[in-house]
Formats: sequence, structure tokens, C-alpha cells
Amino acid sequence: MDAILLQILNGLDKGSAYALIALGLTLIFGTLGVVNFAHGALFMIGAFCAVTVQRILNLSYEVVDETQKDFLGNPLKVKTSYVESWFGPEMGGAIIDWAVPIAILFAIPIMILIGFVMERGLIKHFYKREHADQILVTFGLAIVLQEVIKYFYGANPIQTASPEALSGVANVGALFGTEIFYPVWRIVYFFFSVVIIGGIFSFLQFTTFGMVVRAGMADRETVGLLGINIDRRFTIMFGIAAAVAGLAGVMYTPINSPNYHMGMDFLVLSFVVVVVGGMGSLPGAVLAGFMLGILEAFASMNEIKSILPGIDQIIIYVVAIIILLTRPRGLMGRKGVMEE
Amino acid sequence: MFGLDNKDTRLLLVVAVLTLCAPFILNPFPTDSAMAQFNAGYPDLMQRFVIFGIFAIGFNILFGLTGYLSFGHAAFLGVGSYSAVWMFKLLSMNVVPAILLSVVISGLFALLIGFVSLRRSGIYFSILTLAFAQMSFNLAYSVLTPITNGETGLQLTLDDPRVLGVSATADGSIPVTNLFGMEMRSTFEMALGPWAFQFNAGYYLCALILLAAFYLSIRIFRSPFGMMLRAVKSNQQRMNYTGLNTKPYTLAAFVISGMYAGLAGGLMASMDPLAGAERMQWTASGEVVLMTILGGAGTLIGPVLGAGFIKYFENIFSKINDHVLHSWFSFMPDGLEDFVVFIIHPFIGKGWHLTLGILFMLVVVFLPGGLVEGGQRIAKWVKGRKNKDDSASATKTPAE
Amino acid sequence: MSKSAFSRRGVLKSGALAGTGLALPTIFTASSAAAFTNNPTGSSVTLGFNVPQTGPYADEGADELRAYQLAVEHLNGGGDGGMMNTFSSKELQGNGILGKEVKFVTGDTQTKSDAARASAKSMIEKDGAVMITGGSSSGVAIAVQGLCQEAGVIFMAGLTHSNDTTGKDKKANGFRHFFNGYMSGAALAPVLKNLYGTDRNAYHLTADYTWGWTQEESIAAATEALGWNTVEKVRTPLAATDFSSYIAPVLNSGADVLVLNHYGGNMVNSLTNAVQFGLREKVVNGKNFEIVVPLYSRLMAKGAGANVKGIHGSTNWHWSLQDEGSQAFVRSFGTKYGFPPSQAAHTVYCQTLLYADAVQRAGSFNPCAVVEALEDYEFDGLGNGKTLYRGEDHQCFKDVLVVRGKENPTSEFDLLEVVEVTPAAQVTYPADHPMFAGGALGSCNSGA
Repeated sequence: MDAILLQILNGLDKGSAYALIALGLTLIFGTLGVVNFAHGALFMIGAFCAVTVQRILNLSYEVVDETQKDFLGNPLKVKTSYVESWFGPEMGGAIIDWAVPIAILFAIPIMILIGFVMERGLIKHFYKREHADQILVTFGLAIVLQEVIKYFYGANPIQTASPEALSGVANVGALFGTEIFYPVWRIVYFFFSVVIIGGIFSFLQFTTFGMVVRAGMADRETVGLLGINIDRRFTIMFGIAAAVAGLAGVMYTPINSPNYHMGMDFLVLSFVVVVVGGMGSLPGAVLAGFMLGILEAFASMNEIKSILPGIDQIIIYVVAIIILLTRPRGLMGRKGVMEE
Repeated sequence: MFGLDNKDTRLLLVVAVLTLCAPFILNPFPTDSAMAQFNAGYPDLMQRFVIFGIFAIGFNILFGLTGYLSFGHAAFLGVGSYSAVWMFKLLSMNVVPAILLSVVISGLFALLIGFVSLRRSGIYFSILTLAFAQMSFNLAYSVLTPITNGETGLQLTLDDPRVLGVSATADGSIPVTNLFGMEMRSTFEMALGPWAFQFNAGYYLCALILLAAFYLSIRIFRSPFGMMLRAVKSNQQRMNYTGLNTKPYTLAAFVISGMYAGLAGGLMASMDPLAGAERMQWTASGEVVLMTILGGAGTLIGPVLGAGFIKYFENIFSKINDHVLHSWFSFMPDGLEDFVVFIIHPFIGKGWHLTLGILFMLVVVFLPGGLVEGGQRIAKWVKGRKNKDDSASATKTPAE
Repeated sequence: MSKSAFSRRGVLKSGALAGTGLALPTIFTASSAAAFTNNPTGSSVTLGFNVPQTGPYADEGADELRAYQLAVEHLNGGGDGGMMNTFSSKELQGNGILGKEVKFVTGDTQTKSDAARASAKSMIEKDGAVMITGGSSSGVAIAVQGLCQEAGVIFMAGLTHSNDTTGKDKKANGFRHFFNGYMSGAALAPVLKNLYGTDRNAYHLTADYTWGWTQEESIAAATEALGWNTVEKVRTPLAATDFSSYIAPVLNSGADVLVLNHYGGNMVNSLTNAVQFGLREKVVNGKNFEIVVPLYSRLMAKGAGANVKGIHGSTNWHWSLQDEGSQAFVRSFGTKYGFPPSQAAHTVYCQTLLYADAVQRAGSFNPCAVVEALEDYEFDGLGNGKTLYRGEDHQCFKDVLVVRGKENPTSEFDLLEVVEVTPAAQVTYPADHPMFAGGALGSCNSGA
């Protein structure tokens, strides 16, 4: 029983990342009608925002310490970070420790800006082009973005730890009267994603801006005829989608050390999620994200693997095939979207 | 000629001359010159050009004609390679049965996957094919290791049975692939002044098969069957309303293009008897999509050009290192030399992915019809300078 | 139609033949009158350095390339000579190999066997490389080794840890200096016994491909011989990035040791996840829960950051070793590049030197002569103590290091500390050991 609860928890936590990425993808697709293959790269850039903030906070000056030697036998240069020297070791240390949450503040404007630039500079010209062209150009962009990151940060993963206070385990089982320990940061990630998803939905549902965007998603031309500048709003939506992907990336860094190709690792998966949810359906994307996360978690249980060896390797794809064959437009897709 | 009209015959002849003279065309620089770095006329790369050309031609029959974007085509290439290597392991080192088997097996595999995937269209079809291919890759890498030899790739060993051949040659090595005794790796070397040209038996086998495949694809493009496929692309619904069942046509196109992929896989294994699982990965499927679109989807020659372009990059650009750069610019003053190398450095050698990504974007943004459109524009421009009236008709000429 | 084209080509070719009279049938080669593949006839000799320059192992590949360039510099008489001065064989003069200047070409394996073979083939067919070396994964190393055997050039393997490289897939033209899964197990077992006792329950998480399996087999066998019990062996997909769903079941399995048979990005993520789940603070069966990472790489350990502290594993070489050879190497590498070399850099530097020395001793670049010179060759001074290149399987037998993640690193390079140097005798196995059975070296191929 505990094991099952643990895997459900694990699935929700995996699903949070899938759902966040798929949500952003669907926002872009639903509003702009563009298939964005660079969305994984946005997730990756978000993660590297956290790395950058960590690096900035750790910027340091060197003092030569004659008593210690470095690997070549020369006097060791001891590094002290500016932050620590300005705020004192304790306060400075705490700031460095909270690099990842601080990075959220840093990432939101950066990601929105990147989103704007991408949309205005490139994607805009592809609204009227074929989906295949959109896929190709955004795929090219994804390659370029990840190579640029690799050039500056190297290919190996870079550790970005969560704050000390949030890095232990918590007894989640206490709620159910048992003992289930789960990493605090992963629980934080889950609630974070719930908040973001809730935020996006209420934004679209309860604001005038959201209403216009939803109207634009349904019928762009009519909204335009009403004298509303829908393009500008769509650009803003693109920025928001980029920010969602970026925040998902920032918060993901303590879970797994980021590297330059983490975006590609998530790309295929998030497309499967989006399609299973139904192209253009926001609730579908979220639902499919959590569902595939939970199924993936269960498929990696030993009990299940012993019956179906290798199932954990292919579960996502098997589910995708079954859903697409039984529900032609995914879980919640509309008719006629991306079927030609 | 061969049941083709004049224009197609000309195209076929051009392709024939290009492929058959490739050892000359691809080796324009003398062996010892600094530019020899850019020579591509060595057997392995020439073989890759034509093999991936076949792969892309086949992909284009599905995508270019019907508009169905398969994102899992590499699976058929992989299956073809595995079948060919198994043939070498079990039967003999002759490439003919291996290639035949790889075409048949991948055709069957395509029939199965196509039958299921073609129940959906648009991106749903793409994701279905992607899912099947990724499943094949993941399983081949892990659970199916007894058949595929997993990460290492399926290789020949000294104790393979090879019932119609020998397990090991007299001097204790693994026999090599051959066509009725003609070794695929045997190469004629021709030195002509400072140039060296290599004529490889395997390459010419691949080239001849490419020509046959190209010819077949022209015939398919021009046949009523091809017209039907184009009709599917332009409006499948209308086709269905006229009471016509389009599924057999699309399925046939899918199987044919799967067989092309299998043929390419079989040839790859014949040139180099090893089959690795990463041939089936989604990135490999993505590569053939890129080749086709880069060259010009729906055109006859485009996919071949795209394949050549990407393979050239992968094999030539990735080999330029800082050392080579310094030797090129050594004529410059020291400071300037370092500066130039510093500027170019991120784009070559380990940065070849970056250059490729930028080029993709440029081509897609400015040349939506791929390299073929680029060629047409140049042709138009040249013509336009000669005769301004001609330019209007040139735009209407289809890319084929 | 193809027929007519064929005759066109026939005309063309015979014309060319008559015209030059120079065409000779050769195999895989650029110089036609050679007794073996790519016999260097000019004043220089070309070596092919085939490393991952793109993909997840690009940083290892870059470090390997640095070491190769350093080795070439030293062979050609530049720099401070590095380990050439401490090497037991004094044949190398600093005037290249056999008086020929050493040149090199580089290629990108992309950590894919297909791309690696394509790259190696172009080095052989186009650049006339007489030896290929490199690789940062066993699949690639085995694939390229097979190619070199067919082509008739020597392959000096880089970082490849699978038993199969010199086991079931060994080849006469291929040589490995790096250690392997069996050696990791044999070196780790006694240390683990001292640290954690003989009554332990081990849980294996293994990357689901050939390297993972051979290492899992080796470690399980070595620890079971100590009296440990293997609770479960779980295979994880290579493409996995989040290992939480594999780590979670460990908590309730009753195991008190977790063995992570992962490398590279897999290792970084699985270790990070294991630490996240609080495994290290856990007490099971009255014992502290422990994690073991059998194959450590310093470059990768960096990605796991503080999570590696106190975790044991094995490594081929580490820059903090105090012997003369290691120090000389660290000095010349550190002076040139500003940071200490990794184990990948060390093994490829040694391989290049060993090849050059073998050619020098054999007096010929002929692969068969080189094979003969390397087989059962004993040397010293390359950082791992006395080492033997065993003739039966072309595997080096040398001391293996057991290392531990350092608790208080003094610099960003100071991540691991050497716990024990396991003597070569302890990690040596008979050539017909069952874990290495099933293949044959075959005979050397010179391409003639």
C-alpha cells in the first residue's frame, strides 16, 4: 500500500514537469497555431537561468594563500564570493543557498523577453506557413539555442542545489497515518506547478485579457474585425508560455542537474503528452501530463516489470498509441485541429 | 527513354552522370593542398551520400506525395540493417540475399505500423509513427539485446555459422561482404597528377541501386497512383466523399517508402556489416525529415540533395579543428590569425551542430522550397537577366 | 537502364585506366604500393583521434583531445616531455615516431557507433591514419575496434569500461589500457568489506545496456563472494533522466546498500535523486544506508556536486597520485591548460605513448609488428605502477584506485580522494574467465 502511494506521489511529481511544459506548448499552439519544437529549449534556458544566478551569486575574488598549495604546487588562490564579503558570511551564505528561488525573479523577465524576441523575430513570419516549416524552423532554433548554451556552459551537468532548508525529506505519510518519506523539494515542485497551472487557467478565465485571447483562439478573424489587436495579445501569450517553460526549468534544476540537452530529452515526451491530451486543449495537456507521469511511475515498479519486462522503457508510447487509436483526437481534443 | 518524358529523362541522366562521376566531382582539390580537407570523394562518405539519398527518396514518396509526415521512418532503416546483418551471420556474405531480406522484412514491418498509424492523420499520425519507432529503439537497446546486441550493435563474429559461406577466412579473420565474389570494400585508386581518385566497388553498387530507386520514384510520381496520392494530399475529405477509399493508396505509399528505408538499411549493412540501435532513434527519423525538407519536399531531386548536404556537414565540418584552422590562417600576422580562429572556432569542429542549426533556419526562412527552390531562383535570375519575359513561366514550372 | 549507365562507366573507367596506367587495386588505402594499410611513406605519420565532441560526453571528449595534443607535442619533442621521461621504455627520442613527425586528425563520434565508424573510416580512407584511438563509451569503442580490425589498422581504446571490449568482443588489432567492470568489482570488494562488513543487502540500479549489465554482473559477483546478499537488480532505461520512481522502491526493500551501475548523466541524476530521497540518512537493519558508484569520473562527479561526498567508487587514475609519472603528467597538462587532467585524458595519453613506443621498438608501423610488440609487454612509469599488456586479450593489468567523494574539497578539482590503491595482482583474472568468454582475438590484420 505504501509503495503504491509512493508511486502515485512520484507520478504526480514527474507529471508536474510534463504538465507545465505541455501547458506552455498548448498555449502557443492554441493561440498562435504554431508547433513550437523549441519549447524544450525554453525549458532548458530556464534551467540555465538558475545556473547563471548561482554563478553570479558565487562571483568571487581571489586571495593568494601561501599556506596552501594547488595541484601544481603553486600557492593556492582562495576564493571568496562578493556576496559573502558584502553581507557577511552568514547572510551571504544564505543568499547563495537560496539561489534557485531567487532565480525565479530573474527568470520571469528574461523568459518573457526571450519569448517576445522569438515571436516577433521569427515565429511571426511562420503563421501562414505549413506546420512542417514551423517544426523545422523551431527545431533549427532549438539546436542553435542548445549549442549556444553548450558553448558557454559545457556539456556536463551542472549541479544547482535547492536551499538547505528544502532539501531534506518529509513524512508525507503522516497525512494517511503511515510513514512515507518524500523529498521536500519535489513536493514544493508539485505545489509550484499547481499554482502556475491554476494561475494560467484563472488568468484566461477571469480577466478581460484572457477572455479576448480565448475568443481569439476560437476565431481569430472575427476578433480582429472587432477592432481588437489580437496579434499583440498573442505575442504576450507567447511570452507567458515561454515564462511557464522557463519557470518549470528553474524549479527543476535541484531535482536533476541541468545540462544543455535536457530540453531535447523532454521534447518528444512533451509532444506525446500534448497529443495525448488533444492538440489545443489546455485541460487535456495538464490531465495527460499527470496521467502519463503516474503511469510511468507505476511502470517502473519491480512487480510490474517482472510481468512485462521492458515496459518502463515504452509505457509512454504504448499509452499514446492506445489513446490515439481509441480516442482519435486525444483525451480532450477538438475536431479538425492538425488533422490535415 | 525508359517511358519517361524528355524532362525526366534529362533529370535521370544528370543524376546518373553525377553519381557515376562522383569520385571526380567530390574530389576537386589536390590531395596535398590545404583545401583537401573539403574533399568528400572517399568511399565511405560517397556510400553514405547515395544510401541516405535512397532513404530520403523513399521518405519523399510518402511525405512529398501524400503529405503524411512520418516521424518514425528510421525504424525501417534499422530493421533493414538488422535483417541484413543477420543474413550475413547466418547465410553468407553475399549482399544480394541480405538486401532482399532487408527490403522484405522492413516492408512487412511498415505494413504493420502503417496499417495502425494510418487510421489517424495530421500530427496524430506523426506521433503514432514516432511512438512506434521510439518503442523499437528502446526495446532494441535493452530488452531485445539477444537479437540486436544492444548498445554495441549487431556485429559479425568469427563463430557465426554462415551456412553458405565460411565462418572465418583461412588467415583467421571475418570474411568481407561481397557481390558474387566482388568485395564491397575493394577500391581502385587512380592518381592523376596531384589528385587521387578512389573508385569503390561498394559505392558503385549503391550508386546503381540509387539510380534504379530514383527511376522508380520518377515512375511513381508520374503514374496514376502518384496522382491519387497527390489528390490525398490536397483534399482527402473530398476523395472520401466521392466514394473512394484512400487508405489502400496511402498504405501502399507507406509500405513502399518503408521498403526504400529498408533497402537503405540493407545497403548500409552491406557496406559496413554492423547495425546499431541508434539508427532507429527519433533523431535519426528527424534527420531524414530535415534532409527532405531542406532539399525540397515533393520534388524529385530535392531529397537527394538534402541528404548529401547534411552528410557532408556531419563528416567534413566536424573534422576541422583549431589545429587545421591555424594552419589555414598561418599566413596572417599572429594577432590577426588568433582573432580569426577565435571567431570561426565556435562554428566548426565540435560546433558543427550550431552551423547546421543556423543553416536550417536560414533555408527554411528564406527558401521554403528547399535547395531546389534556391537553384530555381538562381536559374530564374540568370534567365531573367537574359530574357525578362521568361521569368513568369519559370515560376510555374514544378520543381521536379 | 542501369545497364547502359554501367557500360558508360565502364568506358569511362577503361579510358582512365589507359590514360594513366596507374590504377592498382588496393583495399582501404591511399598509398597503392603499401605492404599494409596506410603505410606512412612521407616524412610524417598521421594518427586519428576519434572522440565525442558533441553529445553528452563532449566534455570528456574535449579533455581527451587535450591529452592527445599534449602527447603529440611530447612525441615531436615539444613541451617538457611529460611522462616520456618517466616511462620505463626509453625508445622514444622526441623526434616523432621512427623519425617521422606525428600529425593527427580529429573526428566526432557523437557517442553513436554509426557516426564513430563513419568518422574512423574517413580517417582511414581519406586522411591515411595508421592508428585510431579514442572513444568515451563501450558501444562506440567496440564498434570502432571491429572496424579497425577489418581495415587493418591499430585501435587503441580510450575510455571504455565494459568487460566485453577485451572479452567477448576483443579483436587482435585492438588494445585497452583502461580498466574494466570486473576490476572495479575486485578492487572495491575488499574496501567495501572493511567499511560496511560482510552482512549487507545490496540493491542494484543498472543502466539497461551492455556496459551496465557487465558491471552489474561483476559487482554482484564480487560482493556476493564477501557474503553480501543481492536483494534486487533493477534495470533503468538509458534515456531516463528522473530516477525517482526507481529510487522510491529502494526505501521499503530492506536493502542497506544501493549500487548505482550508471555512468555519465545517468550517474549524476540517479545519485542526486538517491540523495534527495534521504537514503544517506537512512538506517536499515541497524546499519547506515550506503551508496556505491562503481565507476567514478571526476568530470561527471562535478555534476552531482556535494552529493558525492563520502561515496565510494573506483577509478582508473586520479591526478592526486604522488608517483613520478602521474606528477610529471599533471605538471605538463596543468601548465598547458590550467587545470588537472581527468582519467580519460590520462588513459588516452598513455595509449598514444604506448603505441608510439611499440612502433619504435618494432621498427615498423606494420600493425602486426605493433601487435607483437605490445603483447605481453611490461612497463612502468605511466602513473599506474607496473603494468602488463596481456597478450591473450590485449587488456592492461595494473593497479586500480578506490576513491571516495571528498568531504572538504579545497578546490573545484579536488572532488575525489584516493582511499586505496588495489594492487594489480588482486584484480587480475584468467583470460578464460566466464565473464570474458565467448570471443576470439582472431589474427592480426595489416590490411595487406
